Amino acid sequence: MLAEKSEQFFEYLRDKALWVRKETLNIHRIAQETRLASSLSCVEIFVVLYYGKIINHNPSDMKCEKRDRFIISKGHGSISFYPILADMGYFEREELGRVCKEGTFLGGIPDCIIPGYETTNGSLGHGLGVACGIALALKRRKRKERVFVLVGDGELYEGSIWEAVMFASEHRLDNLILIIDNNKACMLDYCKNIINLEPLDEKFRAFRWDTMTVDGHDVSQLYSAISTMGQDYGGKPKVLIANTVKGKGISALESDPLSHIRNIKPEDIDSVIAELR
Amino acid sequence: MIIEKKTMRDAFIEQIYHRMHEDSGIFFLTADFGSPVLDRLKRKFEDRFINVGIAEQNLINVSTGLALEGYTVYAYAIAPFLTMRAYEQIRVNLSLHAQLKEINVNLIGVGAGLSYDVSGPTHHCLEDISIIRTLPNIIVFSPSDWVLAEKFADYSIKTKKPKYIRFDGKPLPQIYENINDIKLENGFHEMRKGKEICLVSTGYMTHSAVGVADMLVKEGIAIGVVDVFLLKPLNDDLFFEAVEGYKCVMTIEEAFVKKGGLDSLVAGILNDRNSNIRLVRMGFNDAYVFDIGNRAYLHRLNNLDAEGIAKNIREILNVL
Repeated sequence: MLAEKSEQFFEYLRDKALWVRKETLNIHRIAQETRLASSLSCVEIFVVLYYGKIINHNPSDMKCEKRDRFIISKGHGSISFYPILADMGYFEREELGRVCKEGTFLGGIPDCIIPGYETTNGSLGHGLGVACGIALALKRRKRKERVFVLVGDGELYEGSIWEAVMFASEHRLDNLILIIDNNKACMLDYCKNIINLEPLDEKFRAFRWDTMTVDGHDVSQLYSAISTMGQDYGGKPKVLIANTVKGKGISALESDPLSHIRNIKPEDIDSVIAELR
Repeated sequence: MIIEKKTMRDAFIEQIYHRMHEDSGIFFLTADFGSPVLDRLKRKFEDRFINVGIAEQNLINVSTGLALEGYTVYAYAIAPFLTMRAYEQIRVNLSLHAQLKEINVNLIGVGAGLSYDVSGPTHHCLEDISIIRTLPNIIVFSPSDWVLAEKFADYSIKTKKPKYIRFDGKPLPQIYENINDIKLENGFHEMRKGKEICLVSTGYMTHSAVGVADMLVKEGIAIGVVDVFLLKPLNDDLFFEAVEGYKCVMTIEEAFVKKGGLDSLVAGILNDRNSNIRLVRMGFNDAYVFDIGNRAYLHRLNNLDAEGIAKNIREILNVL
């Protein structure tokens, strides 16, 4: 079903991911309040969805019914989505230079005042349930648009997530695709040291979801998995467990269990950008 | 005067059931809470009726998603669980969203105040008015009888904002005679005119207030009664006009007093106008009700029965 994608295409996605990381660091330089490590683990997911043209959307008609809905439930960790939205034309690029400054709509934690965001985020565990309502509405209207949801693994501690997980399979929401940015860490520690979430795929299968697991920094694996799931209307909701690294690309963050609350000082940003590959 | 007893929920859901026939844009969700009318609704509209299970958080979240897609949604549950288990879902997904988007989710909470008398403090609902009233962009409706509840059906569809509809759990008699003359947007109605003292109440307690007024009239004491049914937004100016001729306003509610409920709403209105009308607040002090007994018994223990209220009125009249 899926057209073979060339190595050139994936090289293009990798270039975009590098560019998004640089832009995210530039935002962090001026907005130290932003959550950097958590925003870096999901870069390839955003890139594949948007530059891989999996998500159908229209920046000049944001509310058009034909758009796929994308709910970014892990609000804090999506600062890396700002440059993509600007690049796609949701708002002026200059706005990226004003993150967290007076008068901008780009805060440290995004909500739906930002063009391109569907819902209010920042409080965790809400996105999947809201997405279930949207998915149900689309099914009742017999529409084919998909609802993509991005959550962090730490967010899975919220009980409301599991209320929604039960609901989605019962109502056969096969237009719902949950992507878990499985970066293995919360704010204070690695998840395995708090309450171990593994085995995640078995948990979802027990709730009658289809599951796939990929390397969440490998654009080719991500592309293949998400596009396959996006075309599968087999009666089950789908979850993609994207194994990622919190703080990906910055060695000082990658090995730090407290990376969530670490900042890179403005004067160190240039050397960190130079380190990116 | 018709005194047919009926539950507010049955009267209201019956109206929604009828509207669902002509309006395909209505969903009805419940957190495993029922009513006789709901059984019919469920059978007729199996595509637009959903029982999410005992899961109030998901009830609000799924309702939000449907409403973001343009549906009018009714989300039905027991009042304390709806408002308190799922409070943050109401805040983030309804209150915050409604400032930026059109979102018509109607929360129907059954069991206001001490409706579930013998079920104890987990099922009593003495906090909902104050905690929901503090959330921006949400309408709070607290009717005192089923005809008023019925009248709200049209308003709930046309006014595309989140609403909290708090219904009593018990069948209650009709107290509104000319419902067509009632303007919902005013938020209140003057049930009795009187002198010196005016009782201000909401929901079930309006039945008590009217009862006390009719009892005292036989002793030659005429007191006013104002039923506040729209706790947010209430037309403050009109309300003040209705009470400004009295020397004392006495609020009566099945709620904790001095905590942001009806009494605080009235206190704010009087205070904003530098009024020297005396305010007396009747309700529950800062403690849960663990006593077992029916509503009349619990009211008696807390001086909220007719005799307790009347005694308070007579004492105040002596010192006014």
